[in-house]
Amino acid sequence: MTAIEFDHRQTAHCESGAMSALLRHNGLDISEPMVFGIANALTFAYLPFVKISGMPMIAYRMPPGRLIKGFASRLGVTMQFERFRDAEQGMLALNRHLDQGRPVGLQASVYWLPYFPQDMRFHFNAHNLVAYGYEDETYRLSDPTFEHPVNSDYQALKKARFVKGMLAPKGLIYYPTSIPENPDLPQAIRKAIKGSVNMMLRTPLPIIGVSGIRYVAKKFRAMGATHEQKESHNKLVIGHMVRMQEEIGTGGAGFRFLYASFLQEAAGLLDCPKLEAASQQFTDTGDEWRRFALFSAKMLKGRMALDYDKLADQLLVIADSEAASFRQLQQAI
Amino acid sequence: MKQDEVPQDQSAAFEGQKKPLYVLDKDGHYTTELSSGWDAEEVVLDQAIALFAAQCEDARQRVEQKLCASLEYHMYQRRMDLTVLAQSTGFFKWQIKRHMKPQIFSHLSPKKLARYQEALGMSAAELQAMPDKD
Repeated sequence: MTAIEFDHRQTAHCESGAMSALLRHNGLDISEPMVFGIANALTFAYLPFVKISGMPMIAYRMPPGRLIKGFASRLGVTMQFERFRDAEQGMLALNRHLDQGRPVGLQASVYWLPYFPQDMRFHFNAHNLVAYGYEDETYRLSDPTFEHPVNSDYQALKKARFVKGMLAPKGLIYYPTSIPENPDLPQAIRKAIKGSVNMMLRTPLPIIGVSGIRYVAKKFRAMGATHEQKESHNKLVIGHMVRMQEEIGTGGAGFRFLYASFLQEAAGLLDCPKLEAASQQFTDTGDEWRRFALFSAKMLKGRMALDYDKLADQLLVIADSEAASFRQLQQAI
Repeated sequence: MKQDEVPQDQSAAFEGQKKPLYVLDKDGHYTTELSSGWDAEEVVLDQAIALFAAQCEDARQRVEQKLCASLEYHMYQRRMDLTVLAQSTGFFKWQIKRHMKPQIFSHLSPKKLARYQEALGMSAAELQAMPDKD
């Protein structure tokens, strides 16, 4: 049996939530938006060659794992990562960390974690949570997507940590081993914002960043021509996109509100009113994303006529708004 | 989004849980507010759940008509598709398709069956049978 005092807080996104919780436990009090922003986690990517249940991958943030590594390297935090070939060994290693009084981050599959509501369970293998204790066969977990700490039994946790397939966790355990005493936040923020501006405005690929949003708008318009033959498939594509944008873990509007919150906090730290203005612009962008989700849902439900052009037009409004936000950021930094 | 605009649509899928959204308070400062769900989000979630349910029901009928093995039903019942099942068992998709033929699945070697048991989290007996209709 172990008993570690752990300050559980619910966050919007699991990876930034688990990371900020581990940092806070180890003495660096930093908000979730700050972790997300400094890690350069925001993006937009349309990846038709990566399929999720037959649907193209649409990502609003960097791939799993990048946030933790990105934040750590930018701020000079050293992280220890442990993966295991053998599941029993992986569980023993977890117990050893907890016996030593060390809460650790875990990667696990959403589907096999027993405390997830039935309708939220999908085969997403890169969920993040913190383990901070166990008693007999019951593990105490601080899962950032839940309001309160949760429990899992040994077998279920083992299964969730050692599931095979895309983004297989291989029992990943992670924790910080050294954190700089006075990290240079302003410099890290400036570099992070520059990085995000470059990615969103200057990636020379039509499927990434602001041009990626325009690319998807074109795809949506083209779907109009296939409406007769492929209506049900088209509807699945629309629903899939909105799900990626709004489902648990984004804080609303595909992380745009989370990023706006980061910019506002950064504006205060850097005493930079231009960042505050950019934050407001991002909030507007987020509102446009929400409007896109609302239109889509109404069309899927038949409360509004299915109009591919209207959705494409809305995506162009978003693209323009997002481009304006990033240009503002470019000037602010 | 402003704090007083946060949707509270009591999504059934949340099972009473709430999730935080980043929103502006009345002074224009960012904060978080819990949401009990949003209708727009529930529409797209229901769509995904309904697809799994339809695939499940379709597979059940084909199992009853002896057109496919119970394996196919259990795959959809676990919210997987051929790609996910292939990745989590290490079989090729064509192998799984072959295993989904009733005569072949009923004679599958215990070793191969064990890989399905592991991936789907079921016993051999459960895997070979169909659950009662509820």
